[in-house]
Amino acid sequence: MLDIQGKLEEIGPYVPAADDDLLVCRCEEVTKGEIRKAVHQGITTIEEMRRYLRSGMGLCQGQTCGNMVKRIMAQELKVSPVEIVPATSRVPMRPIEMEIAAEDGGLES
Amino acid sequence: MTYTSDVVIIGGGIVGCASAYYLAKRGITNVIVLEGSDSIGHGGSSRNGGGVRQSGRDVRELPIAMYGIKNFWPTLSEELGVDTEYTQKGNLRLGKTEAHLKKLTTLANNAKSVGLEVSMIDGKQVREINPYLSEEVIGASWCPTDGHANPLTTTLGYYKRALEMGVKFFTSAEVVELRKIQGKVRQVITKDGAIFEGGDIILAAGYESRYIMNTVGLDIPMTKYLDSALVTEAQPKMFEQMLGTADADFYGHQTKHGSFVFGADCGLEGYMDMPLTRTESHPMTLSASCRAISGYIPLLSKAKIVRTWTGWMELTPDGVCVLGRPEETPGLILATAFNGHGFGTGPAVGYMMSQIVAGEAPAVDITPLRYERFMSNK
Repeated sequence: MLDIQGKLEEIGPYVPAADDDLLVCRCEEVTKGEIRKAVHQGITTIEEMRRYLRSGMGLCQGQTCGNMVKRIMAQELKVSPVEIVPATSRVPMRPIEMEIAAEDGGLES
Repeated sequence: MTYTSDVVIIGGGIVGCASAYYLAKRGITNVIVLEGSDSIGHGGSSRNGGGVRQSGRDVRELPIAMYGIKNFWPTLSEELGVDTEYTQKGNLRLGKTEAHLKKLTTLANNAKSVGLEVSMIDGKQVREINPYLSEEVIGASWCPTDGHANPLTTTLGYYKRALEMGVKFFTSAEVVELRKIQGKVRQVITKDGAIFEGGDIILAAGYESRYIMNTVGLDIPMTKYLDSALVTEAQPKMFEQMLGTADADFYGHQTKHGSFVFGADCGLEGYMDMPLTRTESHPMTLSASCRAISGYIPLLSKAKIVRTWTGWMELTPDGVCVLGRPEETPGLILATAFNGHGFGTGPAVGYMMSQIVAGEAPAVDITPLRYERFMSNK
């Protein structure tokens, strides 16, 4: 059980850092500072972060930035990166055109 | 460990978070929200297609949808401090056959009878509103006050504001039992043994509400259904309406981001045998969805799908939710069994939950949605 309010008190307020402008998610243009700030607003999981900032929601689905987001969140939450659950991988593994995906499994295909 | 508060809310989805926010807004800030998973908005609240729709709604739910669109949605981004992406540019429900048009006409007449503006339009008028739709579309129902929003930012927006206003949130706090004290539901027990005691308990936990209410002798007849959705890569801006079909073969819209979000199925999802903790798609859902979508919007057949996902819906025999205080369980308020319609009505339902706790009559008559309505018809 995670007491969100207790956790936010434990980690203290957001403190600006020199590299906050660093682009972490290239597909959706999300910066390190935005991710750090979101943690202090109560975003404690990768799943929530994706939904809140769109980090890892673009064309590569977080295959590039996933580990970086995880490390930044872990540091901000003062936990080990292994405690941060990665995002769920889902079909398709690579972007696929609708007309190609459509060729499977139908009565007329 | 025992925690005490004025209100304990079970379920950190849009209904739970909105209820917490509207309670806090009226000064009731001693509120605890318990979310069973590790993420706020883990269930249907973040997995739905984002419709903020009135047309096609059951007449018992329609007044709630209309109340929310009139009173909450237009100003919600400003109020929550997130971009809810609320877009009120209408809903087209498309038909390709005479049988479809007959079905749409019946739905439109039902809506008009309760004061909603819905009109039937022909294929030419459809393509004047949305030039990207196939010539196969011969008509549609048109509701100009319908729209769509972003379920992800809206749900987390309610959470963030409620948290700022002093509401306490616990995640990974799976509820296993309700307990009565002197005849009144008063204690909520979590899996790790913590006890949360509240003057009122709001149960808004989707299908899982059932297991929780069972511990005080309540049950809602419902089945669970794994619904599916997909998102494309960002496309140039094409149209702003919400789309649905008479055939119910797909629905969806283009988001502010540019990607399209569509919901569709292959017809076999209802026969999958999976526990609620699993959310894998049926292997044929994606291909069937692509066929349905390209059949209405041919230009999108070249668009790339970047992700698919699913979410569990809970379905009642009469297709509408359960709201209010069951007579036999004082202290307990239900807001569950939304049949996949809980997002668009979420703000209004959350507001009415705060009214019920405060002892006011809900803004809309919810007696047709009461717990006691399920009777045998034999």
